Amino acid sequence: MDAFALLIAATLNAGTVIAFAALGLLINERSGIVNLGAEGMMLVAAIAGFAAAVHTGSPWVGLGAGALAGALLAAVFGLLVIWLNTNQYATGLALSLFGTGFSAFIGIRYTQERLPERPPLHIPVLGDIPFIGPALFRQHAMVYIAIALTIALAWFLYRSRAGLVLRAVGESPESAHALGYPVRRIRLLAVMVGGALCGISGAYISTVYTPLWVEGMVAGKGWIALALTTFATWRPARVLLGAYLFGGVTMLQFHLQGEGVQISSQLLTMLPYLATIVVLVLISRNATWIRVNMPASLGKPFFPGS
Amino acid sequence: MLKLETRPEPSRMMSVLSPLLALAITVLIGVVLFALLGKDPLRGLQAFFVEPVKSVYALTELAMKATPLLLIALGLAVCFRSNVWNIGAEGQFIFGAIFASGVAMMAGKDTSRLIVVAILLAGVLGGMLWAGIVAFLRDKANASEILVSLMLVYVADMVLSYLVYGPWKDPNGYNFPQTINFLAVTQIPKLATGFRVNIGLLIALACVALFWLFLFRSYAGYQLQVGGLAPAAARYAGFSSRKALWTALLLSGGMAGLAGALEAAGPLGQLTPHVPAGYGFAAIIVAFVGRLHPVGIVFSAILMSMFYIGGELAQSRLGLPKSLTGVFQGLLLFTLLACDTLIHYRVRWVARHATARAA
Repeated sequence: MDAFALLIAATLNAGTVIAFAALGLLINERSGIVNLGAEGMMLVAAIAGFAAAVHTGSPWVGLGAGALAGALLAAVFGLLVIWLNTNQYATGLALSLFGTGFSAFIGIRYTQERLPERPPLHIPVLGDIPFIGPALFRQHAMVYIAIALTIALAWFLYRSRAGLVLRAVGESPESAHALGYPVRRIRLLAVMVGGALCGISGAYISTVYTPLWVEGMVAGKGWIALALTTFATWRPARVLLGAYLFGGVTMLQFHLQGEGVQISSQLLTMLPYLATIVVLVLISRNATWIRVNMPASLGKPFFPGS
Repeated sequence: MLKLETRPEPSRMMSVLSPLLALAITVLIGVVLFALLGKDPLRGLQAFFVEPVKSVYALTELAMKATPLLLIALGLAVCFRSNVWNIGAEGQFIFGAIFASGVAMMAGKDTSRLIVVAILLAGVLGGMLWAGIVAFLRDKANASEILVSLMLVYVADMVLSYLVYGPWKDPNGYNFPQTINFLAVTQIPKLATGFRVNIGLLIALACVALFWLFLFRSYAGYQLQVGGLAPAAARYAGFSSRKALWTALLLSGGMAGLAGALEAAGPLGQLTPHVPAGYGFAAIIVAFVGRLHPVGIVFSAILMSMFYIGGELAQSRLGLPKSLTGVFQGLLLFTLLACDTLIHYRVRWVARHATARAA
């Protein structure tokens, strides 16, 4: 039974990694912009965060550095896409390809470094409850921050004026522009917040989740986060649930390997990627459902006053 | 402040100049990067742009690296022109290599040299199969081809590693994850003794001509591109977007698979976990820098291949990480996309108060 509690704990932790990136991409896409650069931003943030944590000894500084790196790269992407009107898919792809190379390039001198393992928070009383304590209340603070962020984001999108403006910009930039909202600046801000959250996710991987730097260590989590926004039809709570689902699949794979199940490790490693495809197929089958929920101007360029 | 003004029609001159401008900016950033790292920028530039072309042998090596990029990028150009975002060519490349290796390992001592044809066809089939899954899921379930093709890269990578760690592992390979060395009879014929470059280069050049004919002189190619440029017009004309999807994906998958087969049965001569070398991703850049035009792609494939060789040289001569290649490749695509803005827009300097009044 204890092993099961640990599996739940590990699932929440693995899900948290994807949740930050996916929530960031959700904000990003709600503004009408698709950023395929998530994987690249996460990789650069992973090495930036790791390096910062190595030099300062603080994983929090690492997470901050990751957020900054993600936001900066997202700003470059945003300027190209929003002001120079470049193709969103191609530009995002360029960001991912660049980030993969760049992170490997600057990361090479950190491959020997190690960060200390972080003991999880031990919340008094709650953490001592049998089963529920080890499963839910002995986690890194970021796990709880992800949940708080999800609630805050849902409130922001559906209950605040600023959230309404953001959604308007994603649905119909022409109308928002006509009403006098600075569409391009709002989009840039959304893209940068998205980049910062992808950055936090990348830095979380390299400073807390597996505290070391390996080339390409994000291993497709950025792409999975992108798939999650579709899967969740651009709703925060569903994004979080989806992230835990994928965390569960990832952890199940390690769990099965640990239990000595006679399946080759490669086939198990495939599971999260296969699960992503399966879920994507199941969700996308209902085209109208996607169309109703998708920000109407997603991926379409908007160029005012030309 | 600077303001973009829409040109009445796209500038032809700029569409040729923009890749050159992008290259110039990338080189400039490279020079700054070398200087920042305390390396002689001239030696750096030499490694990337002089050494790869300074001898016949160097040129054949350049051509050898350019071949897979050229093949894959040709297929991707068709995809991108028809607005199908296949970015999983890397996975299709891996599957081509796997299928080709499967055939290559069947060779015995009496096998005819014709087996090479079977190896190449198997590669094409493998790539088509892997891209076919993407087409099928997009067609039947409307699943994003971007995400599915990418996820399949990771899956293909795991299939490859399953095979070389498991059933296909060379029993006499000192436990290394690799297959047996393929028999000499399966080796892709070389163009000349003493060089590694093989007939793959000729196949690639023939494909350039074929793709040019297909894109610009065939009705099918025309239909495909209309679908990409103006889906509504294509529907009105009765052009099937399903057909375009399948054609583009099978074509590009087949080309990536062919490249994988040429690599596995060519310079590698066996299957190892190092078969995926990022050609599938680099070819995306090759396709864009080559303006999605078969002839342009020849030039950009050579350029990208210089980046690969330059990166290796920068590692051995200047002690820089090999991943410098990826940095420059990514930068080139970035700057190209930015420079492409000049094709559709004119940059004008507008005084601030004037814009304020206009707004």
